[in-house]
Amino acid sequence: MRTLLRLATAGSVDDGKSTLVGRLLFDSKSVLADQFDAVERVSRDRGLATADLALLTDGLRSEREQGITIDVAYRYFATAERSFILADCPGHVQYTRNTVTGASTADVVVLLVDVRHGIQEQTRRHLAVASLLRVPHVVVVVNKIDLVDFDEATYTRVSDEVLASARSLGLYDVATIPVSALDGDNVVDRSDRTPWYDGPSLLSYLEQLSPVGSPHSEPLRFPVQLVIRPQQAAGNAFRDYRGYAGQITSGLVRVGDAITVQPSGRTSTVTGIDFAGVELEEAFAPQSVTIRLADDIDISRGDLVVTSRSVPPVTQDIDGTVAWLADHTLVPGTKVLLKHGTRTVQAMVKAIGGKLDLDDARLLPAESLGLNDIGHVTLRLAAPIPAEEYLHSRDTGAFLLIDAQDGGTLAAGMVGDALLDTLAEVDAVASA
Amino acid sequence: MTLTDDRRLTQLQWLESEAIHIIREVAAEFERPVLLFSGGKDSVVMLHLATKAFWPSPVPFPVMHVDTGHNFPEVLAFRDATVERLNLRLEVVAVQDYIDDGRLRERSDGTRNQLQTQPLLDGITGHKFDAVFGGGRRDEEKARAKERVFSLRDEFGQWDPRNQRPELWNLYNGRHRPGEHVRVFPLSNWTELDIWQYIAAENIALPELYYAHQREVFERDGMLISVSDVSLPRDGETVEKRQVRYRTVGDASCTGAVESDAVTVEDVIVEVAATRITERGATRADDRASEAAMEDRKKEGYF
Repeated sequence: MRTLLRLATAGSVDDGKSTLVGRLLFDSKSVLADQFDAVERVSRDRGLATADLALLTDGLRSEREQGITIDVAYRYFATAERSFILADCPGHVQYTRNTVTGASTADVVVLLVDVRHGIQEQTRRHLAVASLLRVPHVVVVVNKIDLVDFDEATYTRVSDEVLASARSLGLYDVATIPVSALDGDNVVDRSDRTPWYDGPSLLSYLEQLSPVGSPHSEPLRFPVQLVIRPQQAAGNAFRDYRGYAGQITSGLVRVGDAITVQPSGRTSTVTGIDFAGVELEEAFAPQSVTIRLADDIDISRGDLVVTSRSVPPVTQDIDGTVAWLADHTLVPGTKVLLKHGTRTVQAMVKAIGGKLDLDDARLLPAESLGLNDIGHVTLRLAAPIPAEEYLHSRDTGAFLLIDAQDGGTLAAGMVGDALLDTLAEVDAVASA
Repeated sequence: MTLTDDRRLTQLQWLESEAIHIIREVAAEFERPVLLFSGGKDSVVMLHLATKAFWPSPVPFPVMHVDTGHNFPEVLAFRDATVERLNLRLEVVAVQDYIDDGRLRERSDGTRNQLQTQPLLDGITGHKFDAVFGGGRRDEEKARAKERVFSLRDEFGQWDPRNQRPELWNLYNGRHRPGEHVRVFPLSNWTELDIWQYIAAENIALPELYYAHQREVFERDGMLISVSDVSLPRDGETVEKRQVRYRTVGDASCTGAVESDAVTVEDVIVEVAATRITERGATRADDRASEAAMEDRKKEGYF
């Protein structure tokens, strides 16, 4: 059975991300002849001796004009074992929000570092993003190894430096691989020019990564998207049908299970699980299904159906960490909308508790948050939501802040002090 | 039964579940959604997913077709039969009407794909549609690869690729101001091969021209064009009968067929898995115009 893995690239500008992605696509035979012809033609027009594989992914006019990646590009490739969805994210500081976007759904972040330059500000920033968003795996591609004559000592120095930085941000599951994206060393096949390296190529690493999470071992979380009530529309057989449609975000549901609906706290029993006319005995994350309940209780969009064995408390006060993605600054007193699961409520920013200083992984006092800042906020909500720590749930712990006027997305939010906890944990390990 | 790790979705089940989630979000959060339906394979798959999303209720929104007037007759017949079977409301905006009353002028090359943008936008504003489902996939083309699942369009229908909303987790933000609308692409993460594997798995009916058949064609710009009222051979272009099928279905005057022996869906899957040319590169003259042909059209409000 072929499974899916989602990856996001990260790294500083000019570290060769687009070249690496182009190489990965090209060497895994995911680039078709006409796409490659176009790249060759444009490369030739620009006077390049060989095809510039970065042109495979830099799709927008302004990206090709400037030779940089501006926005996330999604790419698809597959091997016999796995299908991959790759979010190719830009490196410029001003586009960090796009890295946050890519990382939010990623199972693994592929972080590039130029072996000649070692850790850059963006390297630390992107490691912080991976840590903050709880991306399960990080692989660091130490790129341009051809430019230091495949020197082991240089690689080891950079690798050690990156691993130390990752640990200071609470990332422990980190692999490093010496690569030349330009020539293809250790991208798809192991290179004989790095005999001192005995790990896998990047593609083998990605193929071998264990599947992420075990969704059914977590408690059931099922945000209700809409109520399905056909009344007369589907004929007499379904006149009294009433089902709750949604995508299970974690756990498993079975016919007969006792459930609780938050924030109301009402309880019932699951009497049926439907998927497009097929009755199921059980369903698990991330299936989209429709469930039926024994009691005609008041449930609507925005409610969260959970197993009665583990009911998250509801609250109107949220302490959270946000990645601020808007151009204007966030100050205390700002009113916004907060989207959590399928529920959107009004929210007021009561206080800003500080922002992350990436250089020494510490929280600094701050009065406001600007574009690309990662900080701590206290929010008061107009209505209660069943908020869970992001640390425990990447789904029910996540929220968006939305501009009530123009509808723009302002921030990626994570319930709880995930960031502070991580840094405190790091401090504890360091002083132990 | 013990809870073991083998409760995992296959890639197709994962894609299906994601698409259904997206379609339901739109139905729940927007006032007036519409689904663009041409009878082409991607829109057929999208409509199939919509029927699954709301079962046993009917699909709770109408469908719209931007009719270039250059259709393959069997695709139009398929469109109408599908709409009738599912008891849907079909809105048609016709490029021909615009040409007849002078709002649009026929292009010198006679193709009409580029002429669809204005009727599409008028159809959206005329019916006050606030969410428009499109069957676009990110693997189709470089500019599409950059587009969000929920893609905001301003009051002129324009896409601003440099100023897209970040799209985080599976929390889609469909908020928009009056006059703006959101294009929604539930098939964003699907590839051409996924579409065909899903068509096989779900036994979805398609217009017959997606499968190999004998057809009178002539070669133009390296593509096999079907002989019809809107695509007649010019001097030096010879008509031959060949065994072909269509990988995409668009304006008949500029959509090419490919030589193929794939008569069943299983044959098509084998062919698509082995092909070395993208579907748009093989069959769409409109995308060959320049490196940024699709980006430029999308900025103006195209699909």
